Amino acid sequence: MTKTMTKTAIEITDLNFSFENLSILENINMSIEQGDFAGLVGPNGGGKTCLLKLILGLYKPQSGKISIFGEPAKRQRKAIGYVPQYANFNSDFPISVQDTVLQGRLGVSSCFGRYCKEDKIIAQKVMQETEVIDLAQRSIQSLSGGQMQRVLVARALAAEPEIMLLDEPTANIDQRAEKDIFDIFKAINERMTILIISHDIGFVSDYINKVFCLNKTLVCHDSTPVTSDTIHTLYGGHVSEVHHHH
Amino acid sequence: MLEFFNTLATQSFLQNALLGGILASIGCGLTGSFVVVNRIGYMAGGIAHSVLGGMGIAYYLGLNPFAGALIAALLAAIIIGVIKLKWQHQEDTTIGAIWAVGMAIGIIFISKSDGYNANLMSFLFGNILIISDEQLFIMLLLDIISIVFVAAFYKQLVAISFDIEFATVRGINVNLFYLLLLCLIAITVVLLIQVVGLILVIALLTLPAAIAKQYVHSIGMMMLLASVLGMIFTSTGLFVSYEPDLPAGATIILVAGLAYFISSLAKSFVRFK
Repeated sequence: MTKTMTKTAIEITDLNFSFENLSILENINMSIEQGDFAGLVGPNGGGKTCLLKLILGLYKPQSGKISIFGEPAKRQRKAIGYVPQYANFNSDFPISVQDTVLQGRLGVSSCFGRYCKEDKIIAQKVMQETEVIDLAQRSIQSLSGGQMQRVLVARALAAEPEIMLLDEPTANIDQRAEKDIFDIFKAINERMTILIISHDIGFVSDYINKVFCLNKTLVCHDSTPVTSDTIHTLYGGHVSEVHHHH
Repeated sequence: MLEFFNTLATQSFLQNALLGGILASIGCGLTGSFVVVNRIGYMAGGIAHSVLGGMGIAYYLGLNPFAGALIAALLAAIIIGVIKLKWQHQEDTTIGAIWAVGMAIGIIFISKSDGYNANLMSFLFGNILIISDEQLFIMLLLDIISIVFVAAFYKQLVAISFDIEFATVRGINVNLFYLLLLCLIAITVVLLIQVVGLILVIALLTLPAAIAKQYVHSIGMMMLLASVLGMIFTSTGLFVSYEPDLPAGATIILVAGLAYFISSLAKSFVRFK
């Protein structure tokens, strides 16, 4: 097969969303190409998670359109892998790492009833990739924050998606573990599009090729260089700039 | 003590009681595990108590009270489920209302029928010693339905219990499975009413599963262990209550409660050692 042209993975046009008469997102226009590693940054309450859930089809927009590979998001669910915020987790649940990862096969597996051999092979593969294979039989109750985060990434990968949506995947872990996880994302990015929410604009900038800054509306995107002016509009002053020298 | 075993060997009412306890335990293990991990004891309570309405109406009309119980339980499950899914912020009050209104309907209809006290008591607190062969057969049927349902949709049920949002993203019809889970609870409640009565159902539904959860790391194992524990509690309760002529349902619950207390204590002792 000859090299295919890059397709638009996620396309959002004129999107507005409000919840109980409170406007959350206004006039969002953005497009993410296949193979992008895009970052979505902005202050808390700026609507980042909301935008992600709209893309996932968990919420319905009041107006505007979201398409995934040119089709309505609902029809492309199989193409999306999702890593939710770790904080919302019922870590007391009696389930093993392997069974958690296998849940990623739901909706894509061709087997009825139990998970079948093919599902288990894929689960093994993604657990190897995210380096949690040694924990496969452990209960999730015994995992550290960083380990649990990798398990959630593995669960999303098990669906063999073409797009990965990640909501603050490193919020609860220390910086070294954060770098390790981002190296995994970088490897994943070789074969799929990534959109990641982060509060840490400096850290993600080493990895991403596109950035969207969101505070109710898109304050900047990849064509605008991020200056201290944009950061002021985004976070509203009181931000100390730290210059990194790499 | 020997009298219990002598009677058991010769009398069918005691054999039926023992078998009834065992059949009820299968349902309580399967369903109780989902009630415990989803923390929906209050919803299960609403279903269990509002069942009295159906039992009362059926009894008044001279029909089988357990058929009435099954219909009322399924109806309550669907109403409570829809409230939970659509009007989440009023869930508490509405479930409480259904709970009490169901019981009130039941009491009014039973009071207008003959044999008010005796029957009301056996609906509320169970009477394991009068389980008929026909009832055993119905219990077996309800168990089979529950087992087939859980076996067929195990992974979906676990997924919606663990992370309902992720299950939605993976294309599972979470609302449908949530309602089906509540219907499963309704079926189990009816199974358990004969053994411990509707007031005590919640204890038998949750205590064996809550103990099991302390020791295993999968829902499947939790179901298995909870069923076995349920069988031990019902049989022990029946045995203990027999000679001093105590109410069997209440004794079964006390055995289960004591086991839960000891298990939790032992668990926390091990953890803090």
